[in-house]
Amino acid sequence: MSSPEETFLLECGELLTSMEEALLEMEDNPSDPDSIGAIFRAAHTIKGTGGVFGYDDVEAFTHIVENVLDKVRDNEITVDSNLIAILLSSCDHMEVLVTKAVANEDISDDDKVVDAGLRASLNQYLGVTAPGTNTESTTEIVEGKSSVEIENTGSMVISDNWHISLRFDLEVLQNGMDPLSFMRYLQKIGEIVHVTTLHDDFPSLEEFDPELCYLGFEIAFSSEADKEEIEQVFEFVRDMCTLHILPPRAQIQHFAEVIQSLPEDDMRIGEILIASGVLTERELSNALNSQNKECEGVEACTPTPIGEVLVETKVVHEEVLNVALSKQNKGQLSKSAKQTVLRVDADKLDSLINLVGELVISGATANMLSNNSGDELLIESMSSMSRLVEEIRDNALNLRMVQIGETFNRFKRVVRDVSKELGKDIILNINGADAELDKTVVEKIGDPLMHLIRNSMDHGIESSADRIAAGKDAQGNVWLNAFHDSGNIVIEVADDGRGLDRDKLLAKAHEKGLISDGQVLTDHEVFRLIFEAGFSTAEKVTNLSGRGVGMDVVRRNIEALRGSVDVDKNEYGGTTVSIRLPLTLAIIDGFLVRVGDSSYVIPLDMVNECIELEKGERDENGMHGYINLRDEVLPYLRLRDYFDEPCTQKNNESIVVVKYGSNKAGFVVDELLGELQTVIKPMGKILQNVKGLSGATILGSGNVAIILDVPNLVQRAIQSNNVHGIKSGSENVVLH
Amino acid sequence: MNDIAATEENMLTLAETNELISEMDDTGTKYLTFKVGGELFGTEIDNINEIIEYSDMTRVPLTPPHIRGVSNLRGNVVPIIDLAVRLGKEAGETTKRTCIIIVEMEDEGETMDIGFVVDEVDEVLDIHEDAIEPAPQFGAEISSDYINGMGKIDGEFVILLLLNEVLSISGLSELVSNDSSI
Repeated sequence: MSSPEETFLLECGELLTSMEEALLEMEDNPSDPDSIGAIFRAAHTIKGTGGVFGYDDVEAFTHIVENVLDKVRDNEITVDSNLIAILLSSCDHMEVLVTKAVANEDISDDDKVVDAGLRASLNQYLGVTAPGTNTESTTEIVEGKSSVEIENTGSMVISDNWHISLRFDLEVLQNGMDPLSFMRYLQKIGEIVHVTTLHDDFPSLEEFDPELCYLGFEIAFSSEADKEEIEQVFEFVRDMCTLHILPPRAQIQHFAEVIQSLPEDDMRIGEILIASGVLTERELSNALNSQNKECEGVEACTPTPIGEVLVETKVVHEEVLNVALSKQNKGQLSKSAKQTVLRVDADKLDSLINLVGELVISGATANMLSNNSGDELLIESMSSMSRLVEEIRDNALNLRMVQIGETFNRFKRVVRDVSKELGKDIILNINGADAELDKTVVEKIGDPLMHLIRNSMDHGIESSADRIAAGKDAQGNVWLNAFHDSGNIVIEVADDGRGLDRDKLLAKAHEKGLISDGQVLTDHEVFRLIFEAGFSTAEKVTNLSGRGVGMDVVRRNIEALRGSVDVDKNEYGGTTVSIRLPLTLAIIDGFLVRVGDSSYVIPLDMVNECIELEKGERDENGMHGYINLRDEVLPYLRLRDYFDEPCTQKNNESIVVVKYGSNKAGFVVDELLGELQTVIKPMGKILQNVKGLSGATILGSGNVAIILDVPNLVQRAIQSNNVHGIKSGSENVVLH
Repeated sequence: MNDIAATEENMLTLAETNELISEMDDTGTKYLTFKVGGELFGTEIDNINEIIEYSDMTRVPLTPPHIRGVSNLRGNVVPIIDLAVRLGKEAGETTKRTCIIIVEMEDEGETMDIGFVVDEVDEVLDIHEDAIEPAPQFGAEISSDYINGMGKIDGEFVILLLLNEVLSISGLSELVSNDSSI
């Protein structure tokens, strides 16, 4: 993070990601100027920075890419899927080059082959046959363009020469100036190639005043001098003539380059033009004057932009102006981006979150002490401090929240590539990309999602022919959905493919000895079999999936994040895998309960309600039971018995009704102790795999309380209940 | 020596033991000896961070009995192992001599603190390599995998434990997750 090279690497990564995204966007919408602009900017920045660091390979290759993009931007190359494919591969290759360059490694031979191949394909688009002459091609492009411009500007004759358009005022002779002397002086700094004398203003002979000058000149002037110098020639008649100096067309390219190379800044358009030598200061102030005059007396007038004024008055070429304008926009863009985004080392953020966690814990201690003291002022000031601590906690946690969209967008490319590879037509639909969750979770969710998407594409979605035969749209769909649900984020990977084959799954399960004959399973239970280790029904193993190491690894990864994963068929006949994850791994709102002599924390967002366990419904010795909750059956688990807690203090028991997803269950506890900000402390490797417990927290008293993992605890209770049932009932073998 | 340590006045206080541990120079191998279930054990002091008084800790439900609980050690949650149970003995009564020895264990590059409960801390001493016999292939009550060797002190044998095996993180976590899968 510290060294500039690493920052460069990081930035290139981001740039390439945005370039990739824009390319995919462009594939759908070829003429979108925003994406083309984004791609071009990314390539340009990488080229530029690469050059600064002296990474020649990066610079040279990106240069070619940039040239092609330049042509695309100028609509000289039509965007087709072939070009997109080449550019996407170029993206990948640039990443390789950048990584190697930063690591100071040589490019491998394989990469050289890729390099040569891409260069050849790119150069085809440039119309260059021999590789390596790319610098010239840029010039060609721009010159080509400016010649178009010339035709448009009609009367103005522009060549490799400066064009000076000079109209003397009538009284120039009366003021003792000799127009001819300026022409002579002009010859000292260059060569006058051609002069057209304009005498349209000549009045009829009767009205002719010999003391007045009616002449105008269009001069083609060849010189090495810059605009400023040429203007100085006319210094003495500057107030007595109308002067336009237009640069030679070669200069336009030069100006464009100068403007591009200006340090990024939010300069005003005029300043940019002056700094690059397109405009002299006098021209600018004239233009500004006329811009102001326009508005005089008219209230709320929007002045014509200075750029337009300049082009109108033919001081500046439109093309040069456009370059300058884009430069200006870019400056503003990078400036506003700087103001809104701050790159912070993740470690620093983590240590901040840890400190906030400590603050929350000691705050709880202080709160408890102040409550015990009975000092009202103290209690009041403590409670307002607690509120602030709570806000700080929320804000600190928010710092770690990132939108899932970035992760989702990565998969656009995956879907595109994989569908080409499989010869299927599949599109990715993304919903809820703005759902936020903890950065740590986002980082760890990528691989499992990748696997699920590939699975859907490989096994779920049929070939186009099969789809049409089945009466479906030839194009397959994969959906990535994210949404919040009771304190969790749910991520769904869905497809409209053929769905899971119950019979095949059952056959496979028998073969693997996962279930025994005669065992009756619901559809849902059968589908869940795919999460068992070593389970794969794919008849042919592709390089994408089907090695049978997938789904159980996915499940384990998700469970390591305190999440759960489920699978079912969906309305399109395909499969939906839904992943349920906690929003954050650091601090949660908890509900503290007493079970026997110990305290436990139940995540508050899982708690639906608390009710007293009625005497009549009490079954003192049962570990399980159910009650009638507003005409619904609510199964409950007596935690004291389930956890085998000693109990020295009997109270009226209460039921905490927990809800997760569509399930509801009750936990019978001995006392409700209230809400608590809970800093989740990991219990370490030894205890992290205990199903039903998700961590520990330190209470205000300094004691440790265990945090319950509600879904897994219920799952566990169900399983042990089933074990009982099956053991006593039949001789069926149990899953697991 | 054992009798001396056993008398109340002469027994090293925890603070003194901790000091001894931190002051130890690097010459020769130092061992901390302690009693579990009436038997004398020893272990190299390299991994030992500190020894703390036994205090009530939080039970962790749904775990096998060798997990005594978790404790708050300066803001970190540290699992505490019942060494007696881990070594296949009866869980001992808690007395005022009961201590928790905190050790730093490493697993896959990560270090973490683990505590284990002993009935009594004895002393810190040098045991010469010459005075260490290899572990008996059988005959000891505990698995020979856990035994580094048998140290001879005043004609008595001390079982020198291999903490890396006894408290191996992967071993312990496997036991825990096996137990919880039912």
